[in-house]
Amino acid sequence: MKKDLLGIADLSPDDIYRVLETADAMREVGQRPIKKVPTLRGKTVVNLFYEPSTRTRTSFEIAEKRLSADTLNVAVAASSVLKGETLVDTAMNIEAMSPDMIVLRHASSGACHLLSRICKSRIINAGDGMHEHPTQALLDAFTIKEHKKDIAGLKIAIVGDLLHSRVLRSNALLLTKLGAELWVCGPPTLVPPGIECLGVRVTTSVEEAVQDADVIMMLRIQQERMQGAFFPSLREYFNVFGMTTERVKLAKPDVIIMHPGPMNRGVEIASEVADGPYSVILEQVANGVAVRMAVLYLLAGGVEDEAAA
Amino acid sequence: MKRLLKGGRLVDPASGRDGMFDVLIDGDRIARIGRDLPADGATVVEIPSGCVVCPGLIDMHVHLREPGQEHKETVATGTAAAVAGGFTAVACMPNTTPVNDNAGVTEYMLKKAAEANLARVYPIGAVSRGQKGEQLADIAELKRAGCVAITDDGRPVATAVLMRRALEYASMFDMPVIEHCEEQTLKGDGVAHEGFQASSLGLRGIPNEAESIMALRDISLSSLTGGAVHIAHMSARQTLAAVRYGKSNGARVTCEVTPHHFVLTDATLAAPIPYDTNAKMNPPLREAVDRDAMLDGLADGSIDVIATDHAPHAADEKQVEFDNAPFGITGLETAVSLCFDRLVHKGIVSLSRLIELLSVNPARILNVPGGSLAEGGAADVTILAPDLGVTVVAATMKSKSKNTPFDGWQLRGGVAATIVGGRVVYVNRDTALQA
Amino acid sequence: MPVVLDADRMARSLARIAHEILERNRGIEEVALVGIRTRGVPLARRLAKSIHDVSGHDVACGALDITLYRDDLSGNAPTAVGPQPVIRKTEIPFSIDGKLILLVDDVLYTGRTIRAALDALIDFGRPRAIQLIVLVDRGHRELPIKADYVGKNIPTSSAQVVQVHLNEIDGRDEVEVLP
Repeated sequence: MKKDLLGIADLSPDDIYRVLETADAMREVGQRPIKKVPTLRGKTVVNLFYEPSTRTRTSFEIAEKRLSADTLNVAVAASSVLKGETLVDTAMNIEAMSPDMIVLRHASSGACHLLSRICKSRIINAGDGMHEHPTQALLDAFTIKEHKKDIAGLKIAIVGDLLHSRVLRSNALLLTKLGAELWVCGPPTLVPPGIECLGVRVTTSVEEAVQDADVIMMLRIQQERMQGAFFPSLREYFNVFGMTTERVKLAKPDVIIMHPGPMNRGVEIASEVADGPYSVILEQVANGVAVRMAVLYLLAGGVEDEAAA
Repeated sequence: MKRLLKGGRLVDPASGRDGMFDVLIDGDRIARIGRDLPADGATVVEIPSGCVVCPGLIDMHVHLREPGQEHKETVATGTAAAVAGGFTAVACMPNTTPVNDNAGVTEYMLKKAAEANLARVYPIGAVSRGQKGEQLADIAELKRAGCVAITDDGRPVATAVLMRRALEYASMFDMPVIEHCEEQTLKGDGVAHEGFQASSLGLRGIPNEAESIMALRDISLSSLTGGAVHIAHMSARQTLAAVRYGKSNGARVTCEVTPHHFVLTDATLAAPIPYDTNAKMNPPLREAVDRDAMLDGLADGSIDVIATDHAPHAADEKQVEFDNAPFGITGLETAVSLCFDRLVHKGIVSLSRLIELLSVNPARILNVPGGSLAEGGAADVTILAPDLGVTVVAATMKSKSKNTPFDGWQLRGGVAATIVGGRVVYVNRDTALQA
Repeated sequence: MPVVLDADRMARSLARIAHEILERNRGIEEVALVGIRTRGVPLARRLAKSIHDVSGHDVACGALDITLYRDDLSGNAPTAVGPQPVIRKTEIPFSIDGKLILLVDDVLYTGRTIRAALDALIDFGRPRAIQLIVLVDRGHRELPIKADYVGKNIPTSSAQVVQVHLNEIDGRDEVEVLP
């Protein structure tokens, strides 16, 4: 793997399998009485989050601590941005204190690429604008594999605000790399132009998308999208695209329902579905720690020869 | 003082001359053009073999940033960059701070240009006060002070009715309205061309139609009013189609394209440098099919002018997230080499047509002297080196700003020397020319 | 001839070690075998089977991956972005508290693997004692570690490589010393 994890775009299928296998081993650490291994002892990891996040940040923090790394959380309040300090200046200031890794979440696509060009520390992308959220896609893949053994050949439907979703882009890249048949669905106003070039099937019919699907992944719908005239109302959105029990029945009997969170109940997903027997949403969260431990471990660098001792 | 440009190939489309002609310059005028002229006390400048003597190049779309943004560029550094790029004259845009919507700012710009004493500067005034798109600026005053055209560049003229009035009013002074075509609500908060590249990089897109819809509006209004509209920095094939449509119906429309729009595509957003802010400009780099349409338009004569839209920005302004970076790249010092390498040497346009695009037509559209080499005319001469091997080095450019995506590019074709009003203001030390 | 231990001699060494374990530990119920990945694991299983064959008793058997405890990970040079060693799962499906844990590995060399294994085991609980079984002891210790049960002592130079092949993994039982 390269110095940084900027996106699924840079990972080969082998890299992806490597992460998933390592995550499997890492998960066992979380089941011990002492949930700690000394692997990243003495390493400093900075969590630099420009967007608020509970789920991802705590997940990274727990992962870092389980590997015995020293964790530093920098939650950049909006006021720092108003004070005018640029991302580059903030990063250079942090770099001056020699962290080993920076986990960055930022509202602008490409922010991690910018830092990767100027920082010596390893950069892990925890979500950049509308671009990618690679650890989310990796934990999604891990969750799918837990239930379905093999990703190749599965029919997977992703439904929601495709245009603004970094989770979509990362998942589309990853799942097609591993050979899944990926269907993406949303109102035409929220379909990214040219998305079919990624090798996905595009439909505006949620019924067509979930027909015989093995996996259904729902994406969050944001209130602000109504201001941009992307769709008329949340009620209409739910009627046309919401994941209801009836729609779930169109999928395979052993379908799993996923959501990166946080959920808008009654908008993209009905409460009964979110809490229902097919939902693996909470598993996704649990798997996030193991996957992030795997990523941190693999990016920390090291020796090549396994048999050195 | 007298200077004799000896032994060069002269290409002057306006007079139809293309051959070995000497040019005798006396003071700031061209005294004689002929074959084997005697030196007669003049300083002889031997034109190296292969070089081409042509009327001074005119860049009709340049941002000199002065007054108000001198950290990016000044009239002095901008005109130094211009002459290094082979341009004897530039027309500069009014989106300065304060906006050039009055005689005071226009005169200030001209004063700075006179102090620098390099390229001629033709200011372009604002269409509306403060470029706010509400009230017309004092256009007669701007004309009297020295403006050659009006524009609200940076934005389109805000409303159809204001554009109509501007066209009607400006036609009184024979000034074209130069228009930055962009339907603002379609552009939204877009930062790149709406297409697969922007989608996969997660960048908000600006569709071609944001440009072409406005172009159609302006061409229609030009037909309605009889005023002259010049479409600035065209990028979309639909806009070119609109221009062709307008011209075929007799509208007084002209258009320009920048070198980056006929060389680059939106693929530059992803490689070699992902999210390179030197690939961010407005209008954005489009798809290959649009780039190729621009090449067709240059070849078949639909496009009138090549202009750079030279938009300098300081390094720290560009070294930010793509969303937050200002739009624009420099262009004065890369234009000629790109034109030779990608147009002339590729057989897309002839040398004579290139000179029309870079000199004859800009002079005609702006109604300024130049565009030809004539006895008695101003001695604004560019000496081109069509086969000179050039490596673009941003760090040594004369412009104060180095925001160019062409750094490191190896191109064939460049500038040997630039002469403004009889004075040699630039000599390229990499050629054999001595002056 | 690089082969220093063939299949027959390997089997006899392992049988001898199984008898030694039974001889030294009257309460075999409080003993558990933990194989160090990778080749310690099949060796541990074979020993567990031998002990069962002789005494009828089922000895608990686990597998330990020590990669996360190695002292040579995370190279400090920022350019050392080599691939990390692959991690395989640790499976110790029983409590180690109060037990005598017999660590099993194929080759004892510098002793650093064993140190890592001790660190890992301590994180799992508090054994009564830990002893070490190795198939081959090749010398050149860098830490004060010794094996309690040894299949064969094979003096080597540091330049040589000791390769252990086991049927379960490599298709044959053989130990080679290569120059």
